[in-house]
Amino acid sequence: MAEFNVDPYVDLYARRTSGMSASEVRALFAVAAQGDVISLAGGMPFVQALPTDHVLEVVASVLSERADIALQYGVGQGSAALRQRLAMLMAEEGTLADPEDMIVTTGAQQGLDLVGKVLIDPGDVIAIEAPAYVGALSAFSAYEPRYLQVDLDDEGMIVDQLEDALLKGARPKFVYTVPNFHNPAGVTMSGRRREHLVALCREARIPILEDNPYGLLRFEGDLEPTLRSLDPTNVIYLGTVSKVFSPGVRVGWALAGSGVLQRLVLAKEAADLCGSNLNMLLTERYLSGDTWRGNLAHLVSVYVARRDVMLASLAEHFPNGATWTRPAGGFYVWVRLPQYVDARAMLAAAVDRRVAYVPGTAFYPDGRGRDRMRLAFCHPTEDRIEEGVKRLGELLSDEEELYRSLSG
Amino acid sequence: MSGERIAVLAGGRSPEREVSLRSGHRVMTALVSRGYDAFVIDPAESALVATLSTATVSACYVALHGKEGEDGTVQRLLELLGLRYTGTRPLACEMTFDKVLAKESLDAAQVPTPSWAVIEAPALRDLGAGAILHRLAERVGLPAVVKPSRAGSAMGLTFVEAEADLPHAVMSALSFADSAVVERRIDGVEIAASMVGAPDDLLPLVEVSPKSGVYDYAARYTAGATEYHAPARLTPEITDRCNSVAAQVFRTLGLRDVSRADMIVDEQGRPWVIDVNVSPGMTDTSLLPMAAHAAGIDFPDLCERILGLALTRRSSSRWEPD
Repeated sequence: MAEFNVDPYVDLYARRTSGMSASEVRALFAVAAQGDVISLAGGMPFVQALPTDHVLEVVASVLSERADIALQYGVGQGSAALRQRLAMLMAEEGTLADPEDMIVTTGAQQGLDLVGKVLIDPGDVIAIEAPAYVGALSAFSAYEPRYLQVDLDDEGMIVDQLEDALLKGARPKFVYTVPNFHNPAGVTMSGRRREHLVALCREARIPILEDNPYGLLRFEGDLEPTLRSLDPTNVIYLGTVSKVFSPGVRVGWALAGSGVLQRLVLAKEAADLCGSNLNMLLTERYLSGDTWRGNLAHLVSVYVARRDVMLASLAEHFPNGATWTRPAGGFYVWVRLPQYVDARAMLAAAVDRRVAYVPGTAFYPDGRGRDRMRLAFCHPTEDRIEEGVKRLGELLSDEEELYRSLSG
Repeated sequence: MSGERIAVLAGGRSPEREVSLRSGHRVMTALVSRGYDAFVIDPAESALVATLSTATVSACYVALHGKEGEDGTVQRLLELLGLRYTGTRPLACEMTFDKVLAKESLDAAQVPTPSWAVIEAPALRDLGAGAILHRLAERVGLPAVVKPSRAGSAMGLTFVEAEADLPHAVMSALSFADSAVVERRIDGVEIAASMVGAPDDLLPLVEVSPKSGVYDYAARYTAGATEYHAPARLTPEITDRCNSVAAQVFRTLGLRDVSRADMIVDEQGRPWVIDVNVSPGMTDTSLLPMAAHAAGIDFPDLCERILGLALTRRSSSRWEPD
């Protein structure tokens, strides 16, 4: 008689890995990655829109002029020259940033992990939006927090809800928010909510973690001040060049007060010593001069057109009872489906019809969101977006018919 | 045998694509380690017929799971191409992959399988079958398991405790297939019986105890999420009973070379057949390789043995009796 050990180390794994498991949804995405499936799932920037000659020039100049640095180790905080460029990028949204308060990270995703590592003890409460960016949930969950979920509406996080929770005694370690063109919800926090949130957290001495990957992808409407600009002392800010340049270079940054920053730098050095000098130099060079502005404007014009096609297609093909957000920027439309729809269960049928989306349950830590789906308009062409939404619309009609017949 | 060119078919477009790729690559590596010139063909990446028509292969190892790979589609193509392949022939694949047909056959042969009822999407849409949904629950009894008629790896499967949960469970299952099977839930010990060779060539039984209590997709493919015992911790008498039921299953369904039957042994020690696979998983968390291991057969031996069964056939021609 033998117990069969699939994995001899199974009893050795840290508790923090307990949430890491195989899932049906991931398995279906493996099928959805096939070329003939229209993917409205992944938020992949449309890097094909970048002018190849400009990118080649950037790469060639870095390697011909600075190979000795590019191929060498760097410093944990990231080069000062790049940090200056990134501070300039923040100025585009009206945020003053001192490059000395900044650390360059491997995408903003590493910023999420490092902040989690530095601030979260097991059992700590952190406040998040409901829904929340799935990558942030994965990063934080490894540090075993409990979540205080604050709902969103068209004006972003419902700060009153957070205030109520604080009044009832909740003491989150920090409040995590994506105020601009939220992932997945597509909404943007209004000016008055921003002011309320900043004042509330300052008063309660709870830091805010502001994650702003999409801020420069604004299609319309007025620029809202970043939370960081409203309160430079109580907001840790995360930025990335993934959406303005390339996610392939994995360059992001965090801006924080000296105490937090020092720990972030030490944590980063412990994780990977330093970022990639080659990629940092490419980014620095790409952001020098003004060509990047024209590229970004072009990229934004592509995204606006795709968003418009998606919204028009939704209006044409989605059933009554479905509602969705109208993003003024970013990548995502968040759809609320009729209650009888289970978007996670329906994914198999969608992939069978050669279209994919992300089921809403991915964006809640507690299994909510079955009747929601996230649709990304950033990567597929306009034709494919329309066809994809049409296929989903037909599938939803079939689901409705099925539901009606099942409920008698 | 060494040096023979073997195409391992894996991947495909079914929801079990990922699992199949893991199975297929593992089989390929094992065969290469035994000197075969084995390579993987993924029908989703390259045109299967065109590739097989030009590549001269001695045999195909079928490591596809789910639709197309287990429902007889690929097997029919291979027969048409005159290629030898591992595993069951098309009609028996079709009968086994479809849980409704499989249960009907098993029931007719008096193999114990939990009571069940079927509900089909067209019957719901066009014939108003929803009105008699409660009859399903009455006929089968609760708690029940609702599953798609044609899918694997426990995908689309829901446990139903109350009648009110039935519509949602049926809709989930119908996302994977055109009909849903509502089956009485049997509580007990989950057992996998594996065959390599003829229906009586059984490997030791494997006992499955998922830590979460439910042997779902995550419990199947996350290392450490489930405990396995091989041989299963059953009395000799119950072990014999399971083996004889398993052999009866494989014989009744006409399975060839390799197969796995999943059963629940209830509190009275009675085995109930809940699923049969014509292309059992060959991943590192899969049950058939564990059963082989318990019999002292390592993974490359197992793959070579299964392949050998195909290689000894003269061809896959449908006119040749097996």
